[in-house]
Amino acid sequence: MLSCILSGPLRSRLASFLSFSHQPSNPMPKDFLKHARDRYDVVVIGSGLAGLTSANILARQGRSVLLLEQHYKLGGMATWFKRPGGHIFDISLHGFPFGMVKSCRRYWSQEIADSIVQLDGVRFDNPMFSMWTSFTREDFTNQLIEKFGLAEEKVTAFFDKARSMNFYDDQAMTTRELFDEFFPGREDVIRLLMEPITYANGSTLEDPAISYGIVFSNFMSKGVFTFQGGTDKLIHQMEAELKKSGVDIAIKCDATKINIAGEKVVSVEIDAKGATHTILCDAVVSNANIRQTIFDLVGEEKFDRGFIDDAKAVRLNNSSTQVYMALQEDERLDVKELGDLLFSSTAPTFETEALLSRDITSRTFSFYYPKTRPHAPPRCLIVSSTNANYHDWADLPEDEYAASKKDLCETTLDALDKYVPNIRERVVHVEASTPRSFKHYTHHPSGASFGTKFEGLAVSRALPQQITGLYHAGSVGIIMSGWLGAMNYGVIVANEVDSQLMNNNSRSTGDVERSIVDDVAAS
Amino acid sequence: MTTTDIKKEILDILEVIAPDEDLTNLDDAVNFRDQLELDSMDFLDIVMELRKRHRVQVPEDDYIQLASMNSTVAFLEPLMKDIVKA
Ligand SMILES: Cc1cc2nc3c(=O)[nH]c(=O)nc-3n(C[C@H](O)[C@H](O)[C@H](O)COP(=O)(O)OP(=O)(O)OC[C@H]3O[C@@H](n4cnc5c(N)ncnc54)[C@H](O)[C@@H]3O)c2cc1C
Repeated sequence: MLSCILSGPLRSRLASFLSFSHQPSNPMPKDFLKHARDRYDVVVIGSGLAGLTSANILARQGRSVLLLEQHYKLGGMATWFKRPGGHIFDISLHGFPFGMVKSCRRYWSQEIADSIVQLDGVRFDNPMFSMWTSFTREDFTNQLIEKFGLAEEKVTAFFDKARSMNFYDDQAMTTRELFDEFFPGREDVIRLLMEPITYANGSTLEDPAISYGIVFSNFMSKGVFTFQGGTDKLIHQMEAELKKSGVDIAIKCDATKINIAGEKVVSVEIDAKGATHTILCDAVVSNANIRQTIFDLVGEEKFDRGFIDDAKAVRLNNSSTQVYMALQEDERLDVKELGDLLFSSTAPTFETEALLSRDITSRTFSFYYPKTRPHAPPRCLIVSSTNANYHDWADLPEDEYAASKKDLCETTLDALDKYVPNIRERVVHVEASTPRSFKHYTHHPSGASFGTKFEGLAVSRALPQQITGLYHAGSVGIIMSGWLGAMNYGVIVANEVDSQLMNNNSRSTGDVERSIVDDVAAS
Repeated sequence: MTTTDIKKEILDILEVIAPDEDLTNLDDAVNFRDQLELDSMDFLDIVMELRKRHRVQVPEDDYIQLASMNSTVAFLEPLMKDIVKA
């Protein structure tokens, strides 16, 4: 599904890599839930970062937790894949805010937090400006004053305003209006301040200014960070933590239905590839897309009309395409020359529609050096990402789809040649993913890369008022997306679930309580 | 638990949540946020720790009661006075 065949001399070398079946084949159907219990306090559906974090926190709070994942790997969009020759591609490890350090330490472990390191360099290159930045407030401020000729008071006022924005502020103001207030007519400034955020979460100038303000002040204040060792290391460490916390983990288990009785969650039906199961539970945290959770897993007849109207109005966020390029074993790239992250564009101005168009003019290149995985054989890789519309790819007939992917690879190599000369001779492996790939692996409708637009958050928050024990945690509402947003939302929801379970006097905490009483009595 | 026990317990929780902060000179009358680098996730963590350790529920509307040490202890005192110190 992810493959894209190149023409010319590379074709034969690549041919063997291109079948996308690294899933181990199972001649015998296997029941992936064989060792599960009949009942859990909480069933978490989906192992994206929100699902993983919810599961970990709830188990640490003393709840019994079953974590279900339909894919054979944990992590959701936080994933990776390997190709022969020691190449490992990360899908969503382009960068995240500094806040990850604290969240990883608190909700996972010091060891996980210790692998977080700052990127060395971030670059912009477009017809309006070319520049490097450390992605800190200080650096943006300096450059906006020196390079863009803005008054210091204006820049400071803008940063302060963005920083002060919170969830309860006016939602009517759009991001475009916010920029016009501070930097009227300055399309170049808008581009600098907006383009990275658009890549990070799909938001546009038409989205509410508060969603921009919240994300911007998180992201563009203390630099961009990455996880040394790669996504595989992170997810494996998280899996080990989950086991330590006592979470039961079941991969290849597709939740097909959340059963409701008397306006309360009672059980989850699961297709465990060799068998089907119904597992009883007091609460469900769905890390599946919010729309899927409501319409597919529960069913709209179980909710109020007004709520369903709101849920139907939730717009999904856009999807993505990516092109993955591995350099030959002995080829090296220089981070001082290229940086880690390059926002490149040939479009004369910044426009949302142009960013989504299949006629690609803007790409974010992530350069991966041996420093990404210091303990693995040294490799250099490049991942090019663009935002994309699902419907541009969804209905293409297979031959046209294959041709479009090939074209995506070719045009990406063409664009990259400006930054990495002779890239075609230096690369050993090239393949592409499209909105169809993202949908295939995560089941997000329309391959949505970043959940939903702003209105999705209110719907996600309102679920437990509709049905007792029903929760959603996962990228939603722009603010709660990205690695940090998804993780933190997982914690926020876990707190609510834990609170509800305590009010219900859930059985297993009863046990914890009894054991505490016993301990106290014995001492 | 006495108010002294409760205060000690809160300090212990803060040490876990904000290990980089120096808590020795904390002024009980001043908001935590004006003395420590705490964000809303940290307050959520305090709420979760209280629930985990003592089965004390802090309803969302009362999170603001956790603003300073004095207000926190005053809020928790009736909820924790019957808890036997471990
Ligand atoms: C191309 C791309 C690049 C990105 N780059 C970055 C980046 O550089 N930095 C950053 O911070 N963020 C990035 N993101 C965004 C970030 O990856 C996501 O916001 C975040 O990982 C989403 O986490 P989540 O918890 O919402 O769940 P998801 O990752 O969406 O996972 C949901 C999980 O639920 C599972 N599931 C769904 N339905 C069921 C079911 N019925 N039964 C069982 N399991 C089910 C899915 O298989 C999946 O594993 C990127 C995203 C994309 C697509």
